Amino acid sequence: MSDAPTTARRRPQVAFSRARFEERLFGVLRWVVIAFLALITLAPFYYMLLLSVKPIDALLLDPGQLWVSAKEFTLSTYDEVLKPTAEGGQGFLGMLYNSALASIGAVVLTLLAAIPGSYAVSRLRFFGGRQLSALFLAVYLFPATLLAVPLFVMFAKIGLQGSIVGLAIVYIAQTVPVSIYMLRNYFATIPVSVEEAAALDGCSRLQTIRKVVLPLAAPSLTATGLYIFMIAWNEFLFALLFLAATPENWTVSLGLQQLANGIEVSKTVLMAGSVVLTVPVVLLFLAAERLLTEGLTSGADKS
Amino acid sequence: MTHPTTAAPDGSPPPGAASGTDAGTDAGTGTGNASGADAGRPRHRTGPRRPRTASSRENRAGLAFVTPTLVVVTVVVVLPILWTVLLAFQDARLVDIQGMGLLGDWSLRNFASVFASPGFWTSLWTTLLYTAGSTAGSILLGLVAALALRRPFRGRGLVRGSMLLPYVAPVVAVAFVWEIALSPQFGVVNEWGAKLLGWDDPVAFLSTRSYEVSLFGLDFELPLALLTVIAFETWRYFPFAFLFLLARLQAVPGSLEEAAKVDGAAPTQRFRHVLLPQLMPVVALLCVLRFIMEFNKFDDVYLLTGGGSGTDVVAVRVYDFLTARFDVGAAAAQALVLAVILMALLGLYFTFFGRKVQEERS
Repeated sequence: MSDAPTTARRRPQVAFSRARFEERLFGVLRWVVIAFLALITLAPFYYMLLLSVKPIDALLLDPGQLWVSAKEFTLSTYDEVLKPTAEGGQGFLGMLYNSALASIGAVVLTLLAAIPGSYAVSRLRFFGGRQLSALFLAVYLFPATLLAVPLFVMFAKIGLQGSIVGLAIVYIAQTVPVSIYMLRNYFATIPVSVEEAAALDGCSRLQTIRKVVLPLAAPSLTATGLYIFMIAWNEFLFALLFLAATPENWTVSLGLQQLANGIEVSKTVLMAGSVVLTVPVVLLFLAAERLLTEGLTSGADKS
Repeated sequence: MTHPTTAAPDGSPPPGAASGTDAGTDAGTGTGNASGADAGRPRHRTGPRRPRTASSRENRAGLAFVTPTLVVVTVVVVLPILWTVLLAFQDARLVDIQGMGLLGDWSLRNFASVFASPGFWTSLWTTLLYTAGSTAGSILLGLVAALALRRPFRGRGLVRGSMLLPYVAPVVAVAFVWEIALSPQFGVVNEWGAKLLGWDDPVAFLSTRSYEVSLFGLDFELPLALLTVIAFETWRYFPFAFLFLLARLQAVPGSLEEAAKVDGAAPTQRFRHVLLPQLMPVVALLCVLRFIMEFNKFDDVYLLTGGGSGTDVVAVRVYDFLTARFDVGAAAAQALVLAVILMALLGLYFTFFGRKVQEERS
């Protein structure tokens, strides 16, 4: 872009050339930065994929090799990771099922818990509404470690320790603040007049929400649900605390970490496990990228 | 404003005057309501009552809707936190907690032992360094990324999508990738470092407490493992900052920058005087959010180093107390100390910078 300021006639030569110089410099730097960012974000994932299809000998022989030859290419690592433990594998297929169960459970429970409250604080004026709205956000401030201790004890007490249901309940605590935040922002953008029209047509408030507001909020609900799913799928601390003693209920994250701690597991198998853990969540993200990023940052451009 | 919706029948008809309630709700404002239907009514009798009814209905609906959420949040978040506070003041171990009442013997022993325990203060210092480094790193890199990607170019969507991968991918998976890539035995980084940069010995990035570097004849001690963990956090969370900053950047009116450009402002000047003031509120928000998250971070550090080699952040210590020693009381006390310090830091932040941000926003 040539942008010599034609209107400014007597501009000092120094400032003019500084602008030109910087314009050029940043024009080049921009591409350097983009290339650098693409490299640092993609390289680790390429490396993960690469190691997962290599035999361990090939890795140890030449750790710096950045490709895999057709001769060496193997999928036996995946075979080992996915096969049930009874057949000598690592049982990741079962763990995928556990992870899915815990994550979907968390999505359903959290959405059920978050929808009425976020609707109320964004739409209705009621006694203590503003304080509650603040409380829901303040929850965000409390560290997971602070919750970990009592939840650990509480679940040990009521016997939910080691169960996937228990884990899904714990995940509510992890996801409810951000869900309320996202949904509240979205509910606030639905015009009141839409609800008024429904009310004039004789809908009760519950009917209005079910038939008008929720369908309108469907994109936001999806985005929030996906976000909860990701948090739950990727979660590690609570899975470690609650499920470590019950291997049949391990989630993939936990199973992978335990696998790494175990003896005699080759790094290539570990990477195959990492790919198995990463692929579902990345696929979901790619399918709904726009929805997710907009759901998360809506409001940021106004703040 | 009370709007007609609030007066709509909630299933039960409104008490008393059912006819014309919808139109009459606005009577509180006393304007534009002299419709024929209402004209014949004695206004003084029903007028003052209606708005109260409407708002009390809204009040009731609000409370009804908020209750389930409040109950869930209370049960899974508020009560556990309160219990942590109680546990911190009790001599609680996991074995005997089953039979223990909610209120046992009170003591300050946990706190005494936490403050006196070896490594607590260094651990706190490590936590602060780690938090500050990761927060600053991720926001700076996110800002650079947002500036580089704000103008459209061919393939931007692809680059943008790939840049979010570190944030989306499961922490366990990416932590292991880093661990293997940085491994001194078979890591790709050391291999290429030796090949391209001529490193003499492989560098154990994740298990070196301090690494000696000579630069211009001066010797430095680098806390290498800590720096590596900070680099990991920067890498993993810059997409988060990037998303928010990009959204804000794209909302900056183009005319502002155009005007500065016409005046001959160089890109750095435009950034400093036009863009940065616009971005400041988001940057401040990001600082707070990231600081909170990093301060309490457990999994990333635990997975990369296990808390060794000078990366023993407090969150990892809490975990160790809980699972290795089964000392629930001490773990709770440490978590509480951590939370209190965080609140104090946030309090300081908002006293000193909160107002400034408010001013810039307005």
